[in-house]
Amino acid sequence: MTFSPELEARLAKLLASYPAGQERSALVPMLLYAQDEVGRITPELVAEVARRLRLQPAQVEEVASYYSMLRQRAAGKHHIQICTNISCLLMGGGELFEHACRCLGIGNKEVTADGKFSIEEVECLGACSWAPALQVNYDYHHGVTPEKFDQLLEVLRQAE
Amino acid sequence: MSSLVKLTIDGRPVEAPAGTLVIEAARGVGIEIPGFCYYPGLALQGACRLCLVEVERAPRLQTSCTLPVAEGMVVRTATEKVRQARRAVLELLLTNHPLDCPVCDKGGECELQDTTFAHGPGLGRFSEMKRHVDERRWSEVVYYDRPRCILCFRCVRICDQGMGVRALGIVDRGGHSEIAPNRGDRLECDECGMCIDICPVGALTSRMYRYQTRPWEMRHVGTICAHCGDGCTTTLGVYHNQIMRGNNRDRSGLNGEFLCLKGRYAADFVDHPARLTSPLLRAGGGLEPATWAQAIAAVAAGLRAAQARGAPIGIIGSNHTTNEENYCLQKLAREGLGTPHLDHHRTGDVAGLLRALAGRSGALATVEDLYTSRAVLVVGRDLAQQHPLLSFRIRLNYHHHGARVYVVTPGPVREDRYAARSVRVAPGHELEGVESLMHDLAGEQELVVLFGDAIRGEAVARLVALCDSLGIQVKYVCLVDYSNSRGSSDMGLLPSLGPGYRSVAQAGMTLEEMLACEDLGALWVVGANPLKERRLAARSAFVVVQELFLTETAQAADVVLPAASAYEKTGTVTNTCGQVQPLVRALAKPGTKPDLEIFRLIALELGLDFEPTVPEAVWQGIARAVPGPCAGTVRSAGDTLFISGTLGRYSRTLQAVAEAPGGLYRG
Amino acid sequence: MLYNEPSPLEVKVLTRRFGLPGGPTLATYLATDGFAGFRKALQLKPEEIIEQVKISNLRGRGGAGFPMGLKWGFVPRGSDRPRYIVANADEGEPGTCKDRLLMEHDPHQLLEGMLIAARAVDARAGYIYVRGEYRYIIEILDRAIEECRAAGYLGRDILGSGFDFEVYTHSGAGSYECGEESALLESLEGKRGVPRIRPPFPAVAGLYRCPTVLNNVESYSAVPAILRDGGAAFAALGTPRDGGTRLFCVSGHVNRPGVYELPVGFNLLRLLNEVAGGIRGGRKLKAVVPGGSSCPVLKASECDLSLDFDTLAKAGSMLGSAGVIVIDEDTCMARVAARVIRFYAHESCGWCIPCREGTAWLAKLLLRLHEGGGRRGDLDLAVEIARNMLGRTFCPLGDAAAMPTIAFLEKFRDEFEAHLDGGQCLFEKQPAGVEA
Repeated sequence: MTFSPELEARLAKLLASYPAGQERSALVPMLLYAQDEVGRITPELVAEVARRLRLQPAQVEEVASYYSMLRQRAAGKHHIQICTNISCLLMGGGELFEHACRCLGIGNKEVTADGKFSIEEVECLGACSWAPALQVNYDYHHGVTPEKFDQLLEVLRQAE
Repeated sequence: MSSLVKLTIDGRPVEAPAGTLVIEAARGVGIEIPGFCYYPGLALQGACRLCLVEVERAPRLQTSCTLPVAEGMVVRTATEKVRQARRAVLELLLTNHPLDCPVCDKGGECELQDTTFAHGPGLGRFSEMKRHVDERRWSEVVYYDRPRCILCFRCVRICDQGMGVRALGIVDRGGHSEIAPNRGDRLECDECGMCIDICPVGALTSRMYRYQTRPWEMRHVGTICAHCGDGCTTTLGVYHNQIMRGNNRDRSGLNGEFLCLKGRYAADFVDHPARLTSPLLRAGGGLEPATWAQAIAAVAAGLRAAQARGAPIGIIGSNHTTNEENYCLQKLAREGLGTPHLDHHRTGDVAGLLRALAGRSGALATVEDLYTSRAVLVVGRDLAQQHPLLSFRIRLNYHHHGARVYVVTPGPVREDRYAARSVRVAPGHELEGVESLMHDLAGEQELVVLFGDAIRGEAVARLVALCDSLGIQVKYVCLVDYSNSRGSSDMGLLPSLGPGYRSVAQAGMTLEEMLACEDLGALWVVGANPLKERRLAARSAFVVVQELFLTETAQAADVVLPAASAYEKTGTVTNTCGQVQPLVRALAKPGTKPDLEIFRLIALELGLDFEPTVPEAVWQGIARAVPGPCAGTVRSAGDTLFISGTLGRYSRTLQAVAEAPGGLYRG
Repeated sequence: MLYNEPSPLEVKVLTRRFGLPGGPTLATYLATDGFAGFRKALQLKPEEIIEQVKISNLRGRGGAGFPMGLKWGFVPRGSDRPRYIVANADEGEPGTCKDRLLMEHDPHQLLEGMLIAARAVDARAGYIYVRGEYRYIIEILDRAIEECRAAGYLGRDILGSGFDFEVYTHSGAGSYECGEESALLESLEGKRGVPRIRPPFPAVAGLYRCPTVLNNVESYSAVPAILRDGGAAFAALGTPRDGGTRLFCVSGHVNRPGVYELPVGFNLLRLLNEVAGGIRGGRKLKAVVPGGSSCPVLKASECDLSLDFDTLAKAGSMLGSAGVIVIDEDTCMARVAARVIRFYAHESCGWCIPCREGTAWLAKLLLRLHEGGGRRGDLDLAVEIARNMLGRTFCPLGDAAAMPTIAFLEKFRDEFEAHLDGGQCLFEKQPAGVEA
């Protein structure tokens, strides 16, 4: 399995961060960085990572399945993660999530038919003082009202 | 030298070596603390929280399975606080546990049932929806019921640390956690079933036994497994004269916790439909059923006819028959029939080893030595495939004691993963591999050396000389296959050596020579299949075969006598380390007779004196044995976990589960 | 660029460089006493460095509040195993958003703190475990590390001292439990984020089973000031047993939510009213969760207290991560409780029975209760389930789930009772966003 030169460079730097004999430390970041490019944790990706770190594929599966950012099913091009934990809940995060699902016509962890958007209800993102908060892939958006959400969607759609 | 620690448990003064876990110290004085995830010999977990106890001056209850004893520690295991904690933990555990007892195989021998009766609440208050996931079939043998799983992770650990296979893992998180097999939806493993037996509940069950019967309906018989040369005790569950299962429930055997799939599941050869249950006589072109009287008479007639002609009579003994049977067969042959032509399929050069050791005492290793020795050298054998118990003991020696394992083999083996050094050699060059390790081995304080048929004849003496040059204590295991290969050698089923490896007056033909002898008058084959791959030169020889199945050799016989299997008779067998153990009869197979009984009938018919016991003197002779040289071929059976000679061919389970050997070593 | 208007009541020690023109560059850092603390540390013996940290009374800022100097002192001297410095930047505690700001606006301060720690225990390498969602933070940290290496503040022979130290960032991938120190180390070693049996503790057997100093980002960020100005000066800013300043994250129903650096011991009501601008929309205060969602809630009548570890412990709660979550009178506490326990059930690693099964049971029960399916007896049952988890789990997540649940149920019982037997939620759903 081949990765882009940028990803390969990133993975090389990652592997060099750990002492000799501790390559396994690279496993979780490697899976996440590779997922950014591949889209999801495929059996092929598991086998490739296992090969590079000299692990059994089953060992990689054990680890990958533990972390909630690592996913088996593909997300949309813009993966919208809306926090509904306590601070965001108090500021309308729950209602925002419902609004977002209605707007896009999909539910939690689902993808729109055109593959552009997906929604996930997530736990605290570390933006509590600027609630309600969401992430689109890795980009933060704060103080998101339903109106701001609609505007955000417009911007994302235009950017195609 | 560990010091003794004094502590108090439930008001009783207790002394235990430093490093002892509180749960073990308690067990030592008869106080049983419940726990699921704690399992002696496996990595500590502290996961189930059932073993929580009060420890004075500790702010919280402590898990006794992870807490080492400390001087002056005061432990209480039976206060109301502790009891309430156990009730609480069990109630929480039972929230998602399905009420499967009426249909669950584990009912009646389930640790969760027992623990709940002893320590649990009488009532569960969970009224939400239980988590449910369908049962999964992971292999021909292993079923996994996730709803029943209590996530104690014993199975994961036994497969990893115990078996070195690592076929089970944990996936997902929290309440969604599951045990997962290494190939996603199926297992690629030894199919040993250790996971099934170590599971405290019915989450892992065996297909063979699933829904068959209840533990209290079976008679449990602990006997020696009929398959390889390790000598494990298998506890056979017998119901209405049928073997329903085997397991290592009786841990008194030298195998302790261990049992492989042959001991567990491959007892089913016993009632294969092709099992011989009637004597057969050659008539016309084929074999026809006959009575015992007719058959024995025919045997005697055939043997007498050969004697009258002065034609040689050859006898090929078995790797499966008991020591008593072997001793009597060679006596019948040499003293009764007066023939020196005696041999068996030799799978290891035991005689060569004993000769090289020249009567030294304490130079042979037992199975226990493999667990305690600080260093082990494996030469030319894939232990995990051919001697799984020995592989297991060495692996635990490494995990528990940090033993150093050295490997000299042609191909990769499981021991490579934790070997101090692994050397690959071309077949035939094993001694050079050993030589290359001399520097490392010289740094050891003691060593156990296991070698297979690659080292035979002169090579055995050279190996012993090499090890002598280390100047340390060395013990040896000459690896032989099958349940009583060692006993066949010990009891003198050899052309030039009698019982106890004493030289005989007149040496006879080897197995190969018998088959090649065109003048052979009679060939008597007991529990062996030499004609599977070879031909009998003497076309008109009279052939008698005692067997369980109509093997290639039986098909060429003039008389076929149906023999009882190891599970259907008594006697002793000797494992590859030389440890002698008794068989216990588990069931009867109507129509068959133990080989010993058949010898007696034939001897009587021939008018010979017959004494079916092994005298004490013979045993002592073996201990002091200094055998002479012995000609003939030594060749391992080359079995894997899924192959076991004739018995294996007729075990439907082994046929069903057979996986590619070495496939587990990929990557 | 994420920051709020500073408050005049702040005492800006860790946050003094926030918002400086030009952004957080090494040049800015050096121009504002950057690495002065490390230079002082180079003049001291390792024991003396640790002594200053002890004198500062700095207690861990991640949530557990363990005295930092004491922790550093546990690292065995003369071990032949390498030592490691690990910064916990997992920041998963709901209500907490301060480490993010420290790394975004003053990354070099964190690096200097880790460098001083390395000097104190003779470590050669350090890792910053950053939660996976903070990807842009990793990029900022990597740039700061590169700057420092290029200028000789990290790497080999730092400032000609003969001392080497390398720092690397390491990404998580979504797990609150990985904020627990031993689970963090497991994750850093490439495994599932399941905690370890303790003892041994990380100071003795941490990363790769080597002695490891493991502290929160904010804790390390305070160390340069402690060395530069002395531990006593830092201690004096706080209370006698709980030294220095803290970054308080105020969120919820206030007019000016944000992150404010205030002396430890600042009064909670003052924080709400004078710093955070009081309850929004002129409503009344109902409750405050003082230190992140793992801390038992305080009723409005209980909020007149000093924000330090000991006072909050005496009040039956915790200062935790100083995530101050403010709740007004129009909020349904049953809904909040149900959502909070759902978090713990989702994040439970699954290793031990009481947490795995207890959080799942409570989550189902409280949800059913909030939706009107509750029966009389369910409330006492819920409290009992939570109490059955307390002190019995493999790691503190079990307590973090149980204690808030008990507090919600006990202090706001009437609100739960209103939901029983088909009762409807009495409160309006929350409108989204900040309102006028």
